Amino acid sequence: MDVIAQGSGKIFTDPDADKARAFFRTKNRKLESKVMTVKEAVEKFTKNGDYLVLGGFGANRIPAAVAHELLRQGRKNMGFAGHTSTHDFQILCAGEVFDKLDVAYIVGLEARGLSPNARKYMESGKVDVSEWTNYSLSVRFKAAAAGVSFHPARNVMGTDTFKFSGGKIIACPFTGTKYIAQPAIYPDVAAIHVHEADIYGNCRVRGITVSDFDVARAAKRLIITCERLITNDEIRRDPSLTVIPYWCVDAVCEVPFGSYPGNMYGEYFSDEDHLREWMKVEQDPDEFKKFLDKNIYSCKDHFDYIDRNGGMRKMQMLRQKEFMFIGARS
Amino acid sequence: MADYNTMELMICTAARELEDGASVGVGTGAPCAAAMLSQKTGSPNLTILFEAGGAAPLIPEMPISVGDSRTTWKALMASGMCEIMETACRGMLDYTFLGGAQIDMYGNLNSTRIGPDHQKPKVRFPGSGGANDFASFCWRMMVMTPQDPKRFSEKCSFITTPGWLEGGDSRAKSGLPLGAGPYKIITNMAVMDFEPESKRMRIVAVNPGYSEKDVQDNCGFELLKAKKIIDNPPPSAEELHILRDVIDPYRYVIGR
Repeated sequence: MDVIAQGSGKIFTDPDADKARAFFRTKNRKLESKVMTVKEAVEKFTKNGDYLVLGGFGANRIPAAVAHELLRQGRKNMGFAGHTSTHDFQILCAGEVFDKLDVAYIVGLEARGLSPNARKYMESGKVDVSEWTNYSLSVRFKAAAAGVSFHPARNVMGTDTFKFSGGKIIACPFTGTKYIAQPAIYPDVAAIHVHEADIYGNCRVRGITVSDFDVARAAKRLIITCERLITNDEIRRDPSLTVIPYWCVDAVCEVPFGSYPGNMYGEYFSDEDHLREWMKVEQDPDEFKKFLDKNIYSCKDHFDYIDRNGGMRKMQMLRQKEFMFIGARS
Repeated sequence: MADYNTMELMICTAARELEDGASVGVGTGAPCAAAMLSQKTGSPNLTILFEAGGAAPLIPEMPISVGDSRTTWKALMASGMCEIMETACRGMLDYTFLGGAQIDMYGNLNSTRIGPDHQKPKVRFPGSGGANDFASFCWRMMVMTPQDPKRFSEKCSFITTPGWLEGGDSRAKSGLPLGAGPYKIITNMAVMDFEPESKRMRIVAVNPGYSEKDVQDNCGFELLKAKKIIDNPPPSAEELHILRDVIDPYRYVIGR
């Protein structure tokens, strides 16, 4: 197939579908318990240099406990998919965890403004950057989930986003229409926070799924954190609710309020006061260091973090906000 | 000076562009406020979609994120990014509202960086997010932005999101879906559209309190002028009431 034009951006993961198949051939399909702590999961399934994807949408249904643990265990030189990454991105920048980045949306926290520290890190020259869009990264995961090496799409063409991407423009063999071919991302490791999972890793998600259906299938290793462990009988009672099957999953960690300070659909709203505090302390390096020590580095686990930020009282208030018993900004 | 601010004026102007029965892809902030206002005034059957997967919600209050729970409050579907963007790519999304740090005369937008070095930019912005996708796929892309000569720039440092690219038929040749592109640019001073042949930005309406000269003086490139330039009507009392008391009581957007 002739390449009409191509971007100059690096491709940080190998899109080769046969290599991915060779890996997936070795992946465990036994129905066995994968329950462990977040600490154990991060030790066992992540390493320096891995390409990482975090599920959810920036500050909504994010695996916050895994992000914190990556900092505590000092992971470095990772690749990362900045797929509407907002607060998750802020956490990873605080630990300078990655130095290779596929950008769709970074640095900002949507309507909350831009993260000073994330900007500083991205303007430091320490990060190798390829430019994409949210849909581009979605289809790159989708290609991997389908076990192929690229996905054609009709976005990005004609812009500088294309010039700094790793995409290639090709012509359709049937119609001659131009498409940008976007290479599959088979992440080394992904972490996704879900509402419910059984001990084997069969998962249920409520609300929007963003790109997690495909991310779960594309990832070579997958860490699941869940609000609640449920029984396998409950999964079997209504299999139509299973979004991620156990054979994609390597670790299942029960982490109640695991998306905190992010939003969790039908469970709790985001902690806007805490997110505002993050943005504020980032302006002063000394204050920020103290803040990170308190909230991440000296925390044993996610419970510890929540206890230091209002505990159950705060969680109850965020639950009331989620259900609009009280206004989100009251 | 009348009793409304420029953000309120832009939101009311934008809301009137969305006709009943249309579909719109929106982000948080002013675009979402405009879609909500439109739904509560002239267009009760406006379908609002969010890129993260929220489809046709009855939005109870301003979302903070395009993926937060408010974007699926009493919605018809909680889906995902591919579902929304593929709906747009199939040609079923009529409008989108976008913004950016820079915009040029063809409606191209920069939300990526300022400065020449991509690996070490002078200023790093978020990047495309879903903006490039919506602008590529939605039939009519609109922009809401305050106007000044730096923002309305002769040349964007980086074209994140496609407008009419280099004008003329350059967008059609690029491979982007045919017939879609920038439609209206709504600022604090004026409303612009695009001259059909050259695809250059032109003034079609001027806001209360501003002249055509003000609009040109606050633009870094030469604006064309429509044959007939109208006076853009100010917000009505009803629009302001709904915007202030129902949609954004915390002045989260209109207080900016």
